[in-house]
Formats: sequence, structure tokens, C-alpha cells
Amino acid sequence: MSVNHIEMRNIYKSFGAVTALHDVSLELQAGKVLGLVGDNAAGKSTLMKILAGAIPPSRGEILIDGKPATYSSPIGARESGIEMIYQDFALVPELTVAQNIFLGREITRSFGGIRVLDRKKMNERARKLFSSLGLRVPSVTLSVQALSGGQQQAVAIARATGFDARLVIMDEPTANLGAPAIEKVRDTITGLKEAGVSVIIISHRLEDIFAIGDYMMVMKQGRVVGRRDVHDTDNAEIVEMIVTGQDPRRAGKAVA
Amino acid sequence: MRPEISGRISNEKRYPVTDTSLARSGTASRTQRQVIVALVRYGMFIALAIWLIAMSLSSEYFLTLTNFLNVLRQAAPLIIIGTGMTFVMATAGIDLSVGATVALISVLAASWLSFGLPVLVVLPLVLLVGILIGALTGYIVTLGVPAFVVTLAGLTSIRGVAFVYSDGYATPINDPVMIWIGRGDLFGINAPFLIAMVVAVIGWFVLNRTRFGLHTLATGGREEAARVMGLGIDRIKIMVYALTGGLAALGGIVISARLSNGSPNAGVMLELEVIAATVLGGTSLFGGRATIAGTVVGALLINFVRNGLNLMGVNPYWVQVVTGIILVVAVLMNTVLNRRVESWARATTEEDEE
Repeated sequence: MSVNHIEMRNIYKSFGAVTALHDVSLELQAGKVLGLVGDNAAGKSTLMKILAGAIPPSRGEILIDGKPATYSSPIGARESGIEMIYQDFALVPELTVAQNIFLGREITRSFGGIRVLDRKKMNERARKLFSSLGLRVPSVTLSVQALSGGQQQAVAIARATGFDARLVIMDEPTANLGAPAIEKVRDTITGLKEAGVSVIIISHRLEDIFAIGDYMMVMKQGRVVGRRDVHDTDNAEIVEMIVTGQDPRRAGKAVA
Repeated sequence: MRPEISGRISNEKRYPVTDTSLARSGTASRTQRQVIVALVRYGMFIALAIWLIAMSLSSEYFLTLTNFLNVLRQAAPLIIIGTGMTFVMATAGIDLSVGATVALISVLAASWLSFGLPVLVVLPLVLLVGILIGALTGYIVTLGVPAFVVTLAGLTSIRGVAFVYSDGYATPINDPVMIWIGRGDLFGINAPFLIAMVVAVIGWFVLNRTRFGLHTLATGGREEAARVMGLGIDRIKIMVYALTGGLAALGGIVISARLSNGSPNAGVMLELEVIAATVLGGTSLFGGRATIAGTVVGALLINFVRNGLNLMGVNPYWVQVVTGIILVVAVLMNTVLNRRVESWARATTEEDEE
């Protein structure tokens, strides 16, 4: 039996008196795409921020290739190969494209014993990264606020996929995008899959997950409602699970 | 040529109401456009140059080495503390307590020297006091208290401590090292300005060439993005306030040395002048955009305006009025006009590339 690529076990998270996640577990093999769906306040984003190291869980553990992950910060998560593309892209508008891509893991060189930013190397690497991913931006030395929404997303995608990622988490990657841009995001996800990278998508658009996903996990109020293979379910069943918070098949079993 | 025509039309569509003159100049050539952008971007440098030329023509005393060196010496504390303020503003913060820190350092340095403590002990000690005051300020800011409030409290209480400690009296300073810091020179350039230049160059280097500088800008540009990218935001904030506290202490040393006494009244309203110099230079109050060179120019402009008006015999009260007006015009240029011109230049550049 092969170990799961990424596994979250019994993740529990509370913010003061509010419990956001009740012992949520999740597993995903390499090169698979999981769609995470659910209403607002279902705990999807919290779960993913925990996986990305942005917030610590109150309890529970994360395993990568069967080994417990020990990171406690986004930088640690990124070093373990877990990247997240945030819904607002988490870019700093005033910084350049290259500065944003290398933010937190800058390349430095020694200048008389002092570590200084190697801007030339970072700009060069950023340029190469964009051409290898087939993404277009006007210039890597332009500040991000000068880019269109689609170009900003390209920067966020390049940052998340350019550093040997094992898992890329995407928070609403197709929200507010036009049809051609959605197509591009789907292509990117397919490309990641082929490279053996796992992808978790948080999305309200079920059609995207049906189009490119392998599995679905439905959440409501901090609990897992159920899991499905996308080829073994349909839109109506998933919507029912999202709305009622009940797994119809499990209910059926209980009766039988 | 077709593409150019369509470019023109779309440009006018994009900016129909905002400013017709800009929309019309969408037809300007590349060179014209670059000139306009440069004019707005380097407006403060140009303003300083124009002022220097105008004053040279209207006063025979203005364009003399003595006068220039004098102004540079007067501007030195502003440049020293402004370098720190630039870092604080880069994080979208503000420090109103620097003038009060100058006063506290002034009385502490004078008093400790008068006790017979060697100057090479007193100077590092007072710098440390400044750094600790700043670090404490930064720590309270990271707890979620707005920087404006924390440092406003600092403004009153730190100066209060200076008055309590000195009982309101000034203490003379006659230590030779201090006298040199205030009045000495090296290669014909006075010590305060030399110190200011060293501080500004190091500040420029740290802001533009190191990870710390980049992370400072990222923190002010969009704090949430900096946080999820794993930057140590709290550490950065504590460090920029500590840096500013330390530089306020250094400014305090220079001011006290220049005046040869330690007084609890040193640096009154200095915080506002430092903030004015920083904002004049083009550093954004909202964080993410900061320039040390701009701060130096802002500090020089404020002092050259004061000096020029003084030489022309203008009532000194008018100097304050003029400084205020320049500040508002500069901020207008830096925010509204700059943003508009840059986005216009960007839009037309994109059309060139298409």
C-alpha cells in the first residue's frame, strides 16, 4: 500500500470560543486534484491556511509522504513543498514582479561579508520561470500594481509553482475571471498534475472541479460531510451535501 | 497606421473624465511622455534645484560656501532622524516621539558627562537608551495599538521624563569630543552633515539592497500578503522603531553638541519637521513606498527655503506658512498627480508594446 502524499489527521482548530474545525482529516495522492467545497464558514479556508502554515492548528498533525511535517510557518510549509495561491493573490502592489515571486526566499550574495539581494539573478530566474510556465507578464521589474488582474494571477501562479512544489493549494482560482483566463487556470492545473504535483482547489464553481478534479470533499460548519470520486457523483448530489450537511449514502447505509 | 489610431481611441476611452489634458497628451511621443513622467517623479529634486538657482540670483549671500555648509549643518538632524522615519513610514507606521527622545537624550548625555563619565561610554549608552525606547514603542505597536497613539503618548511622556530628570534646567556641555561633533569638520565639511550623510548612505543601502529593507516595504505595502508569505512582521516593526529611536538619539547628540548644552526643550516640534521632510521626499504615509534620497532632499529643501527667506529678510513667521504650503503641494504631486501620470504612462506604454 502506498503512503499518501499529503495527509491531515484530525485537525482541530478553535478561535477562542468558536470552533472552526472539528477533527477534519484529508488525504491526497501525488498528482491528484481534490476539490474542497462547502458553504461560507464551512472551514475550507481555515483548513487550507493550516496546511499552508499560515495558522497553527490547535490539535492534529500533517504528514508529507507518511512523515510528520514539523513546519510552523508559511516559509516552513513552502520549504516542504506546500504552496498556496490566495484568492487575493497575496502580492505586494508596490514591489516588482520578481520581488513578489522571491518574497521570503530571496537570493542573496555576499557584499564585503554582508548579505545583499542579488536582484540580477532574481530577475533572470523570474524571467525564465515565466517563459517555462508559458505565462506572460510585461516585465519582471514592473511593480505588481501596474499589472492587470489576470497578469497578477499569473505572478501568483508562477510564485506557487516555480519552486518544486509537491502540493499547490488554490483558493477560488476561477472567481472573477473571464472564460479565457479560466481556461488558462485549468491548463495550469492539468500541467501540475502531469508533473506529479497534487492540487487542492477551494471553489464555488463545481463545474471546474468536475472538469479537472479527481476527488471532492464537502465541508459544512467545520466538519467533513463526505468524500466522492468525481466520476462517481453528480452536481445534484454534491449540492445536496453542501446544503443539508448530510451524506445521503451514509444515511442510506444506516437504514439498511 | 492602424494600431496607433486604435491605441489613441482606447486611451481616450480609458481616461475620459479624469483629466482631459492628460488624455489628449496620450498622443505625445515617447520622449515627451518620458519627460513628463520624469518631471513628476523627480519633482522635489527639480523644486530644490529651482529654489537654489532663484535664491542665488536674488541674494548675494546665498550662494556662498559658508552659507551652504551652514544650511547642511542645520539639515543634519533632520536627515539623520528622517532616515529612521522613512523606514517607519515604509511599514505604514509613524513615530511622533522622536522630538521628545531628542530632549531626553540631550539631558541624559549632558548630565552623565557632567558626572565625569567618559564620552566614549556616554555616547553608546544614550544610543542604547534611544534604541530601547524605540524597541518598546515597536513592541507596543505589534500588540495592536496604532503607532500614532503609542508615539503620541511617547511624545508627551518621554519629554515629561526629560523635564523630571533635569528639573527643567539645561546643563552645559564642554566635552571636546562633543564639541567636535557639534562644530568640528573634516576636509572642510562640518561633522553633523558628515554624520548625516553616513547615516543616509547606510539607510539607503539597507532599504534598497537587503532583505530587511525589502521586507520592511512588503510589510507596509500589504501586511496580509507579507504575513502569509511568512515574513516576520512583528520583528520588522520592532526593528524599524528601534532604528528610529537610535537615530533620534544620534540626532539628539548632534543637536546638543551643536548647542553645547543638554536641554529638556531640545527638539520641540522636531517630529513634525522630520515627518514633513520624509513626506516631501516622496515616502508614502500609507507604506510600501519609501525613498531615503527623497528624505534627504526634503530635509534640504525645508532648510534652504528657511535660509533663503531669512536672507531676503522675510518675516520668519512666514517661513512656517511657506513650509506648510510646500508640504501640501508636494504631497499632492506625490500622490494624486504621480499616480495619475504613472498609470497614464503605463497605459500608453502597453499600447506601444501591443
